[in-house]
This record gives sequence, structure tokens and C-alpha cells, in this order.
Amino acid sequence: MLEKALQGKHAYWGWILFLLGVISIGGIFYVFQYFNGLGVTGMSRDVSWGLYISQFTFLVGVAAGGVMLVLPYYVHDFKEFGKITILGEFMAIAAICMCLMFIIADLGQPLRALNVLLHPTPSSMLFWDMIVLNGYLFLNVLVGWVVLHSHYKDAPAPKWIKIFIWISIPWAISIHTVTAMLYCGLPGRHFWLTAILAPRFLASAFAAGPALLLLVALIMKKVANFDAGEKAIQKLTTIIAYAAILNFFFVGLEFFVAYYSELPGHTHTFDYLFFGSHGYDNLVGPMRFSAFIGIVATIMFLIPKCKQNTTLLPIMCIMIFLSLLIDKGLGFVLGGFVPNPLGAIVEYYPTIPELGIVAAIWAAGALILTILYKIVLSVEANKA
Amino acid sequence: MDVKRRKFLKIAGISAIAGIGAPTAFSTLLKGEVNASSGGGHGEATEKSDAHAEEKVVGKQYGLVINTKKFGQIAGLAEKCTAACHAEHNVPDYGNPKDEIKWIWTESYNHAFQGKSDHKKNDALKNLPILVTCNHCANPPCVKACPTKATFKNKDGIVMMDYHRCIGCRFCMAACPYGARSFNWKNPRETYANGEMKFYPNGINKEFPTRMRGVVEKCNLCAKRIADGKLPSCVEACGDTKGIIFGDINDPNSEISQVLKNTFTIQRNPTTGTRPSVFYII
Repeated sequence: MLEKALQGKHAYWGWILFLLGVISIGGIFYVFQYFNGLGVTGMSRDVSWGLYISQFTFLVGVAAGGVMLVLPYYVHDFKEFGKITILGEFMAIAAICMCLMFIIADLGQPLRALNVLLHPTPSSMLFWDMIVLNGYLFLNVLVGWVVLHSHYKDAPAPKWIKIFIWISIPWAISIHTVTAMLYCGLPGRHFWLTAILAPRFLASAFAAGPALLLLVALIMKKVANFDAGEKAIQKLTTIIAYAAILNFFFVGLEFFVAYYSELPGHTHTFDYLFFGSHGYDNLVGPMRFSAFIGIVATIMFLIPKCKQNTTLLPIMCIMIFLSLLIDKGLGFVLGGFVPNPLGAIVEYYPTIPELGIVAAIWAAGALILTILYKIVLSVEANKA
Repeated sequence: MDVKRRKFLKIAGISAIAGIGAPTAFSTLLKGEVNASSGGGHGEATEKSDAHAEEKVVGKQYGLVINTKKFGQIAGLAEKCTAACHAEHNVPDYGNPKDEIKWIWTESYNHAFQGKSDHKKNDALKNLPILVTCNHCANPPCVKACPTKATFKNKDGIVMMDYHRCIGCRFCMAACPYGARSFNWKNPRETYANGEMKFYPNGINKEFPTRMRGVVEKCNLCAKRIADGKLPSCVEACGDTKGIIFGDINDPNSEISQVLKNTFTIQRNPTTGTRPSVFYII
């Protein structure tokens, strides 16, 4: 089936070339970082994780979001998702690959990455994260490929694959739960130390993942004649709406706990993120923007007229995705380092090489996604 | 009917097997975690009840008592300790706070003791230099977080770093509630064209290795000096002032244990349950 990715029109090859270009430029920046150390990034002693880890955290959610298609289709036999479930699985593959690239980009000694396997340490949540992420990647490659290949060969999917599909459902939950546990188990970081973190992560993931998928499906409808089906699209909007509502509900609860209790440890980071603290406010603009577009889009997802408007729908998807990207892929991780354990505030600004590497990893993810979706489209086109 | 029964038996059988396995697996997991989770949320988890008995620390636990009064009285003493330590351990000087590496340094009271306010406190307290460093916790969150065991507790209770195993993920830096860890954002061994080291203006101590870029480092309580029968360099820098007292806090006959027994001391962030081994006389 892979050969399908090599047959395309000019626009397809143009897009591939563009992505390869971005990857090459970012690749050069990575070589620069590799030889000069992480000092070329904006990270510091006080904000020791930056865009790499925050993007990683967000993308684990995008990967987990695929389960919002797998679950209705396979468990509840929601036939309308038949055409797009494979897209959810392949999106998970691209997202996990990006996660792994972000982790490697963030390591001070990337050549030693396999030490995690050589010296397995069950007490470390990073050890478990490695297991669940790679496991999820394996499950989605296996399930996606086997199901698509049987479809290609006009044969029913083999029965044994069902087992892996069923395993993949709780596994999707596990990847984002364990990723939350990287943060919520650290005794000295008040902003992260919250039991609601895993549910909040999952809620935002189940909104962001399907929003991206819906956006891509709408684009493919325009450029590749792929129709996901009106029923499937409307069901996706419902899923996004409920997940987004849950997400903002959870965020609201965090606000209540912080500002009603007025415990300094709880309010400090929220102050910094949304109002500025002691003159430091470089995240206030993005965080307020994120909250605004997120809430507006959520309300729009509840209004039938907006949901059914084909011009508005992609914009709403972008708003939800961007809102959650800023919230989790920026504010959440960076905010946890403010204030530092000694009560000081240090702000972080990414550098050009860092942004170049981030762009390259996004482009690499888009490339994987494009190739996989191209195969799906070609197989579908053959059927017609 | 029959099919349903078979199905039921199958499910029952699987559940039973899972039921037998789960508690054993669970208790094994818990046992493994006992040492790591001791202390709970109660700060100093002393052996008050039998439930805590098995958490009793065996073996040595080296620690420090820092007499901040002495540092308030003797100007420049704290800086002397920092200088001695950083020279001993080849701590590079990058000249900017972003890349800064520090093993032991001075903070104000309200920064060092988070959650303790200096509001309406005496002026002397506000100006008191507080030396802060790795607390060599009895229950260190950094050791728990490290995915490669590159940071570990040695037989003397010292939290150590293996610079050759560290992958530079910086999970330990996020986990440490004391900000005691630094990362080599740059290559500390960088040299000028003439071969002179860029970040060691005063030369290097050949007795201790320099680090490579991309690894985390922090105070090692002078494990090597202790092995050689010497005092930690910060303690030595204090001379006869008794500004810092070093010893095994688990040995009731040690000098440090006597000081702890007879003097009121406080620890940094005891509510995090890490059981820090550095104590302060204020």
C-alpha cells in the first residue's frame, strides 16, 4: 500500500516539498543545538522545560484524542465513523511520533536515551510514559495498517485484531494519564500538584484531537474529494463540544480552589498566567486570548446554526485547537515553573533555533500524517 | 442458555485469575514504594506508630546544621563557603543567571523558607544570609523521578549524581522542591583558541572531574572528601566558627545529633515530605 503515497498531483508534491523544506531548516537548527548544547534554547536553571516538553504534553493529548473515534465505532458500532476512524488512528501515529521527537530534542544527552531501557526505573513516571507512548504507537500502527490492508484487499479484518483494538482504548486513556502524572506527582510544584490534572488533560485532549481531525477532514473534502459524511461530522462536533465544556469546567474548578482558598501556592501561578505577577506578564496575553477563543468556540459548538455552517465550522475547529494548544502547550508547563522553588519569577522566551526545531517537528508530523492519509484516500478512491 | 453459561464461566474464570494475581502484584508494588513514600505529608515522619516502624531509616544519613546566626555575625563567611565549594568541584562560571550553575549559595530568609513569612519580623532576620544547597533528603523526589537511576542515594545517605548516566531530561530539576539542581546548558569545558578554559577563570581542581554539557549537577556533600577522611569544603571553609556542623544525623552520639537534640532548628519545606537532612539554627 505504501506505493500509494508516491502517486500524487502537483499540489500534493508541492505540499510534501514544503514540509521537507521546513524539516531541513529545522534539522540544521537541531544540528546546531546538538553541537552547542541546550544553551541555544531559551530554557534556564529556573524554567528548565520549555516549548519542547510543553508541545510534547499537548501532542500526547492529540494522540489520545483518536480514541474518540475508535470507541464509538468499535464499541458502540457507530457505523458513520467507519470512514474516519482510520484517520483517528493515523493521526495518533503522527502525534506520537512528534512526541518522541520532542522528547529527543529536549534531552541534554540524546545519545544516552536508551539508558531508560538499560536501567529501567519503575519509580519514575518518565519510564512509564516511555512504555505507554511506544505501546500506543505500536497498537495504532498495527491496528491501522491491518484494518486498512484488509479493506484494500476487500477482505474482512482478521478477528485477532479486535483484541488489539480493545486494548488500544484504555491504552489511549493511559497515555495522557501517565503524562499528567509526570507533573501532578511532584511535591514542590503547586500549580501541577492537582488530582484533577489527568481528567483535565483528557477533556482537553478529547476536544483538541477531534477538532484537528475534523479540520483535516474538512480540508480533505475540499482538496481531495473525501467526504467524511455529514452525520460523522455532526457527531464529531458534539464530542468536541462536550469535551470542551468539561475542560473549561475543570479549569473553572482550579480557579475556584485557588481564589476561594486564597492559598498563595495556588493563586501565584494563576496570577502570573492571567493577570501578571510583580511586573512579569509575558504569558498574560496568550492565556487570555486562549481562554477567550476557547470559550467563544465552545459556545458556538453548542449552537446548531454555527455547527452546520460550513464556513464557520473550520474556524471553530481552529479556535478550539489553538486555545487548547496555548493552554496546555504553553501556559501549563511554563506556568508550573513560576514561581521557582525559591519564590523568584524567571520568564522564558524561546530562541530562533528552538522555534526552528519546533517548526520542523510539526512539519515532520504533518508529513507523516499526509503520507498516511494519502494512502487512506488512495485505497478509498480505488473502491469507488 | 448454554452459550451464556459458558460465557459466564469464562468471564468468572478470568476474573478469578486476575483476582488472585492482583493483590500479590499490588503488595509487591507497595513494598517497593514503602521507602520512597515514607514521610507522607507530615513533614518529619518520626516513628510514632507501628505503621511507620518499617520506615525507620537504617544506616547513615549525613547532614548539616547551618547556624545562620554565625553567618549573620561574620561578614563574608557565606561567600567563602560558596567559593570553597565551587572551586573544589569545578563549578563553571558562565557569568549569566540563565546558564548559572550553583551548588551552595546565599538566599534571603523568605526565599529560602517558602511558606514562612518575614512579615513584621525583626530587621536582623531580613538581612540574614541563608546558605542553601541540596538537602540530601531521606526521601528525595529527584531520585524517584530520575528515569535512569543517574541520581541515587549512596550508603551514607548522600544524594549523588552519575554524570555518565544522566540523559539530561531534567525531570529531577522539576521534582526538586528546593531548586538545588543545575543543568549544563553549555559545555563547561569550552576553551579559548589559546587552550585556556573559558568558564574557569581561576583554573581547575585536578582532584575533581569537570562535567560535560547536557547533564545535571548539584551538591554531593563532598562524598569524595568524606571518603578521604576530610570534612566537606563548606564546613572546612567555616574554620572554627562552627557556622556549619557536619555529621551523621542517624548516629545519636554524633556531634550533629547532639546539636539537633539541644537546639531549636528548622528545615526548608518540611511539608513536602522529603525529610531534608539540612537543618538551620535561626
